Formats: sequence, C-alpha cells, structure tokens
Amino acid sequence: MSEITESKKQKAALAPPHNPPLSKGGSGGGVATRDAYGDALLELGKKRKEVVVLDADLSGSTKTAKFAKVFPERFFNMGISEQDLIGTAGGLSLTGKLPFASTFAIFETGRAWEQIRQTISYSNLNVKLVATHSGITVAEDGASHQAIEDIALMRVLPNMAVIVPADGIETKQVIEAIAEFYVRLGRPKVPVIMPDDYKFTIGKAYKFHIGKDANIIAAGLMVSVSLDAMELLKKEGIDAGVINMPTVKPLDHDAVIEAAKASGFIVTAEEHSVIGGLGGAVCESLAENYPASVKRIGIKDTFGCSGPADELMKLYGLTAEDIVKTIKEALKKS
Amino acid sequence: MSQVSAAKEISFLKEQAKAVRIEILKMLAEAGSGHTGGSLSAADVATALYFSKMRHNPKDPAWKERDRFILSKGHAAPLLYAVLALSGYFDKSLLKTLRKLGSPLQGHPCSKLLPGVEISTGSLGQGLSIANGIAMGLKMDGINSRVYCMLGDGETQEGQVWEAAMTAAHYRLDNVCAIIDNNGLQIDGHCCDVMALEPITEKWSAFGWHVIDIDGHDMGAILGALNEAEGIRGKPAMIVARTVKGKGVSFFEGKAQYHGMAPTSEELERALKELEDNE
Repeated sequence: MSEITESKKQKAALAPPHNPPLSKGGSGGGVATRDAYGDALLELGKKRKEVVVLDADLSGSTKTAKFAKVFPERFFNMGISEQDLIGTAGGLSLTGKLPFASTFAIFETGRAWEQIRQTISYSNLNVKLVATHSGITVAEDGASHQAIEDIALMRVLPNMAVIVPADGIETKQVIEAIAEFYVRLGRPKVPVIMPDDYKFTIGKAYKFHIGKDANIIAAGLMVSVSLDAMELLKKEGIDAGVINMPTVKPLDHDAVIEAAKASGFIVTAEEHSVIGGLGGAVCESLAENYPASVKRIGIKDTFGCSGPADELMKLYGLTAEDIVKTIKEALKKS
Repeated sequence: MSQVSAAKEISFLKEQAKAVRIEILKMLAEAGSGHTGGSLSAADVATALYFSKMRHNPKDPAWKERDRFILSKGHAAPLLYAVLALSGYFDKSLLKTLRKLGSPLQGHPCSKLLPGVEISTGSLGQGLSIANGIAMGLKMDGINSRVYCMLGDGETQEGQVWEAAMTAAHYRLDNVCAIIDNNGLQIDGHCCDVMALEPITEKWSAFGWHVIDIDGHDMGAILGALNEAEGIRGKPAMIVARTVKGKGVSFFEGKAQYHGMAPTSEELERALKELEDNE
C-alpha cells in the first residue's frame, strides 16, 4: 500500500471534476493514458539506452511516435504485422534490449496472442506489451476495434503481469516498473485522480476509501467513475469505498479481503467483459479467501458498437449512476 | 581452404552427420514418440552449422559474440538436441530422457530449461521474426555475429513467416541466414497437395532475399551456400535446401507418416545397421 496521507487521499478523491465528458482530443479536461505513455516512454528512453520501441503502423495513435522522433535508431516500425511485431520484440530482448511493443489492444492481444504465449510468456522474455485503444471508448470505430477481452487473454498467461492504469500519473509510474507485463491504456482523455506523489507498485492496490456498506474495486477509467459514484452515495448516507486495482495480475488479495471484511459486499468496475477480467479475478480471490457477495460492472458478454464514448458508457451501464443503482439495489435486498 | 583440407572437412562432417542421425533415432526410439522425418531431413545442414560454420562455445552458451541458431521448425527438437549434445553443451546420456517427466529435453525446445536453446519454439512460423529481432539487436551493438534460422517448407504456409520475410529485407538484415528444409512433405501429405509452396525461390527473391537453391544433403554444397550467404551485403540470405524426409534410413525416406512417428525397436535396429553399412 502506498504511504499517502489521509488528507492527500481525500484531496485526490475530491478533486473536481472526476468525470467530465470523455474526449479523444481537443481542450477537454484530463490526460489520455496513451499521451502519458508517449511522454513516459521518451523519458525512459533518455535514461536507459537499452530501451527500444516497436509499433505496427499506429505510432501516431499509440504515441510511440514521440520516442521515434527523438530516437529513430531505436524505433522499429514493423508495418501492419502484429505477429511479427511480437516475435521481433522477443528477439531484441534476447540481445539485452528492453523492447516496448505497442499497437491497439485488440490487435496486440488478439491477433498476436499465441505469439505472446509461445515467444514472450513461455520463454519468459522481458518484453513490455503496452497496448492502447482498449475498451468501448475507442467509440466510433465500433466493435471491431473495441477490445473488451484483452485483460482475460493476458491474465491467463503464466509470467505475465496485467496492469490497467487509471490515469496519466499512474501510467507514467507503471512504464518504469520492471517486469514482463501487459499494460492496457485507453484512447480518451480521463480525469487525473491519483495524487502527485503516488508511487505505483506492481501487485498493490490504492485504497481511496474503505467503505462500511460497499466497496468498489475498479481499474482504468472506471476508477474515476467509481469515485463519482462514491460521492453520490455519500449524499444518500451510504458509505461506499473505492479501491484502484491497477494490477489485475498479480492481484492484491489483501486489499480485496480487507474490502470484503469491511462491507461484506463488493462491486467490481471495469471497461472490459465481466468474464475473465478484474471482476473474474476478484471473484476467484474472494471465493478462495473470503466468500462475499459480488456484483460485476462491465460489458455483459456482448460486443460494443459505434457511438460517442459517453453515450456508449451509458448504453453499456458503465456510469456512476449505474454503479449507484447496483449498490442501492443490492443493499436493499440484504 | 585447400582442396585436400576441404575434402577432409567434408568427410569429417559426413561422419558427424551420421553420428547425429544415430542419436536422433536412438532418442526417438527410447521416447516412443516424436518427429523422425523432419529431424533426419535437416540433419546435414544442422551438422554443417554446428560442427563447421558457426562460431559458438558449448562451455559458454551465453557468449555475446556467438552465432545464433533458431530452430523455427521446433518439432525437429531431436536434431537440435543431438547437435547440442555432440557439440558438448550437455552430456549425451541426457538424450535418453527426451519427452520424459522432469527432462529439460521437452517435446519441443524450451530455452528456459536447456542451455544452448536460444528460444522456445514449437508453434510454427515464429522463429524468423525472433531471428530478425536478434539480428537487429546485434547490429545495434556492433556485434558481427550471424543468425541462422531453420524453417520447414510446410511451415512457410504460416503468414507470419512472410511478415518476417518483409522485415528482414526492409531492415537489410544481412546477418540473417534462413534455411528452408525443403523435404516436400508435411503431416497431411505432400506440400504440393496440402497447400502448394512453389515457386519457392522466386517468392523469396521477390521478397528481397538473396536465394541459394541447393541439394540439402550435399555437404560441399551446404558449406558453399553458407559461405556465399555470409558474403552477401545489404539483404538477408535464404538457402533452399532440397532434402528428403527421413533421409538416411531407406524405409523412412519420403514417407509423410514418419513426420511424427518414432522408430520401433525393430526399426531402430534396422536403421542403425543401414546407417553403419552405408559408409
């Protein structure tokens, strides 16, 4: 657990506004995690000469182009060939390089899943898989480009850590972590919610607040949505907590158990299928360690569709109001 | 090299290839399963690499300046294990543990378990991408080593192979030398019936490779091709080695069913006798 003081936690939790309209660019509030990635990668490249970056013709979108512009000799555009992207990154790591391989989440984890399994995971190579444009907030591009299965696909692989940063601050911290990992980033700008002095540790949750009535365990952009839900519930006298779980694997079991003990009721929130992702991981942990009632907020075993990101979040039940409704209904029944 | 010493080299390599084939057959018979045909067809090229062409040090498998060998057709693991053992990477007695519980000699090569194996393979079509990545890293570090990658002909039906073919040419990886063990057979039968591959040399030429088409069992031709490949600048080299599946054992030769079948003890006895008698 990070050593952030209670007042900082509160400040972070209350920093307005948590949930402005999701926007992919322009002057809207917040920072896109992919932009934070581009900046963090460039900084890391300046510090560590062994960092090399590979992309599959999407460097402008994944923001690896920032690195490419400064370090062209350490950047390899592999063209539209994700399977080759993964294998080449693996080969580079065998010569002592520290490769970051980036493209959209659906192509990285879907198209090249078996290459990741065989070459990266099985051989335990230190290759950083950092994918952007995850979830439904890819928005207008539609279901073909909306990865809602990627956490599940990566979580099942041995040796693979799965990290879903909630904002730009967390993304920058994650990129410097040392591990074989899959990092899931998004397209839209998201509110900055983590404190400036936040220190990311693989496998550690960040507890904004532990509630007595319910606790929301969230990852990615759903963390800020959950903080909004927490505030709404507070006004109605319901004490709901929010835990940011950036590392879906290895999961912070202690934090999950602590939350379950405090409230007896857990809600998971993720911009991913309810099957196999954070919700699945939390349910597995609770079933084995501390059986408790769980409701999973996420994409309910269906595909996404085209539309503005905000509208999609409503359509698929991923808003603060949806979380509030879920918690109130569950508490009414109990 | 003088003609006399060249002839001596070739005769030495032929003896080594025979020893490699004997170890392949023995370990497969002991294991009771595994890939016989494709291990035997690629044996001469692998022997030329490990016992002549490649700079490597069995006592220091991680030596930075070693030449690398990637067995993209990972099912020919028995061949890789045989050349590694006979080169001195590990004791020959380990070969009889192939495919057994607790053995570092997995059914397909595992780099985490066995020094000398550069990367785990087995799922086809991935080795050339890895070879390219290694070649890029070596070039960045100014290391002059070469990267050899052995593919099966049927394996080139995998799309990733052609992605990697483009990459090697695009990045001018003249330190990459790929070899296709072109034995003409895959599990379901002749490659030309399952999914036609020809014209192979023209395809690789069109992808920007320097292609050398040889008899993959002619040791002189193999050495000549490996030397020619080393002299090529600005593009990767492909050696299309025309081989016979099951080469060296008459009753295995050219038979698709021995792709994934190990010799029985009777077959082993006959095979070993035949190999001994042929010299």
